[in-house]
Amino acid sequence: MATMGIAEALREGIREEMRRDPTVFCIGEDIGVKGGWGGAFTVTLGLVDEFGPERILDTPISESGFCGIAIGAAMTGMRPIADVQYGDFLFCMMDQLANQAAKMTYMAGGAVKVPLVMRAPVGSTRRGAQHAQTLEVFFTHIPGLKVVAPSTAYDAKGLLKAAVRDDNPVLMFEHKLLYGSKGNRAEKGAVSPIGEVPDEDYVVPIGKGAIRRKGRDVTIVGKLLTVYRALAAADRLAEDGIEAEVIDPRSLIPLDKEMILESVRKTHRFVVVEEDNRTHGWGAEIAAMVAEEAFWWLDGPPVRVSAPDTPPPFAPNLEELYVPSVERVVDAVRRLVG
Amino acid sequence: MNAANANGLQSSVPGEADLIALYRTMLLIRRFEERCNALFLQGRIPSTLHLYIGQEAVATGVCSALRADDWVVGTHRPHGHALAKGVSPRVIMAELMAKVTGCCRGKGGSMHVGDVRKGVFPAVAIVGAGLPIAAGAALSARMRGTDQVAVAFHGEGAANEGDWHEALNMAAIWKLPVLFVCENNLYGASTHFSKAFAIPRVSDRACAYGMPGETVDGNDVVAVHDAALRAVERARSGAGPTLLECLTYRQCGHSRSDACDYRPDEEEALWKERDPLKVAAARIRALVPPVPFDPSGIEADVAAEIDDAIAFAEESPAPAPEDLERHVYWEGD
Repeated sequence: MATMGIAEALREGIREEMRRDPTVFCIGEDIGVKGGWGGAFTVTLGLVDEFGPERILDTPISESGFCGIAIGAAMTGMRPIADVQYGDFLFCMMDQLANQAAKMTYMAGGAVKVPLVMRAPVGSTRRGAQHAQTLEVFFTHIPGLKVVAPSTAYDAKGLLKAAVRDDNPVLMFEHKLLYGSKGNRAEKGAVSPIGEVPDEDYVVPIGKGAIRRKGRDVTIVGKLLTVYRALAAADRLAEDGIEAEVIDPRSLIPLDKEMILESVRKTHRFVVVEEDNRTHGWGAEIAAMVAEEAFWWLDGPPVRVSAPDTPPPFAPNLEELYVPSVERVVDAVRRLVG
Repeated sequence: MNAANANGLQSSVPGEADLIALYRTMLLIRRFEERCNALFLQGRIPSTLHLYIGQEAVATGVCSALRADDWVVGTHRPHGHALAKGVSPRVIMAELMAKVTGCCRGKGGSMHVGDVRKGVFPAVAIVGAGLPIAAGAALSARMRGTDQVAVAFHGEGAANEGDWHEALNMAAIWKLPVLFVCENNLYGASTHFSKAFAIPRVSDRACAYGMPGETVDGNDVVAVHDAALRAVERARSGAGPTLLECLTYRQCGHSRSDACDYRPDEEEALWKERDPLKVAAARIRALVPPVPFDPSGIEADVAAEIDDAIAFAEESPAPAPEDLERHVYWEGD
């Protein structure tokens, strides 16, 4: 058992999968350049030394093109792990993800598979509007894709391995403040959870959530960074005798609905915390699911704590307002518990 | 050589048997498309149709230069690509009629016809998006240590999409075994080539990416075959990709409701004179020593094959209601 951050855990996960299976390879921008960074956040740092430039394949700045290339490779016997430097760049490859990767199995009547992993860093981190969006919801709306969002080192490695072994396209969203990237790629204000990661092979099954804190009074669901905001809020609420249960779905598609519903049936109150825009958002879907399927257990309306309907701002003081804070979560719960 | 599937023709100087096989494949596509159009007008095929009539020499000439295990990525006009690569008319017709026995279980339809067992991807109906996918199949072939080749068919309209340029560039940098076949039929939907390009030839762009580009008479199946064979040999030998532009003409409208009012009658007449079946027949009749060529036997043979395909499709059931939510994710082999 070693302790490490998420970037390192992902790196070890990729290394082990590439050693295990010769059809696994990495493809992306600046991932294997000697003297470079190992991707934007050091995840692939040093892997080229072991696997060479054929399997840690650096591409030109051509997001749509290399996504399509990864799809074509995945359809013909390979298992690519592709990545973008910033999640916002996924929009450049939207056709390849939404029309090609996601629909190929369906429109072939099940005759082809697309075992593709696409990794994408998200999160508002003082970079302004085009390098900061948290945009999982665009992909959770597309049938045919699986979507995971690990918030701990253990889950990052376990979900990465599960994603590589899955026969469907899996998008993995990673939060910049949680990576624990080191050196000059370290992030200011990072939470960077350091966790224990087993030495032996394991996977975290896609579709299983995790209860991060047990509680009886309110269910708070968060993902990525907002899991930690929810946990900090829960600590503060506990001082007032309010015990929050904090759930980290880890996997957004498929979603461990039963874990959330079971918690709501126990606590009778529900809050979802997201770093996404509010309108038509991920939180809206989770809140609607709770309202539809656990309405009679609820003592109050399902509540969303979200980013406002703006692009991510640059000014640090505005960014503080944009990303849901611990205080906003505490306030939402207090209003609900009354 | 299987007459229904021209795969395997390797000679660049085709003899009588090869030419007749090519002619047969082209005629199969022509008659298949004509019957599709009739079935569509009778309401027996739903949706819309993008017919391949007039372009038969391109798919036939290219696929005759391929091996059975090579890959083809088609477009929104894919019936000809699939037939030329050896996909059975039965499963294509069943797909067009939305039957569960179709090559995509009735869930793809005309624009996604394909059969991976024959090396034909589900066709990609987003213009230009198939090029990176074909390049990816080519990358995969190299990584897996096979000498397979991939082909991306596309219209000239695709050459103005970003994916086209990204795919050509990466294929050239990595010397991928891929052939980009541009079917320049003069119109992107209704927009004339001259309004979309400031250059006379799509193949002129090849040099910008560091690969050979060639323009051939896309209505002459022998010219297409010869150029494709050179490009395939180059790809298989590890020398990299080729851009092959085939000048051809879409004899029908873009899709079902297109009366082609934007095209001059003289232009249509000119290209019908250069009909690929006429050109191929003339090639056969020009053989030395001369051979008698009577296509009536091939006509009858092709008609029987299409009759059988239609009967198979009409007798097949539609997908079951539970098929709606199946195959969103992979269910296993």
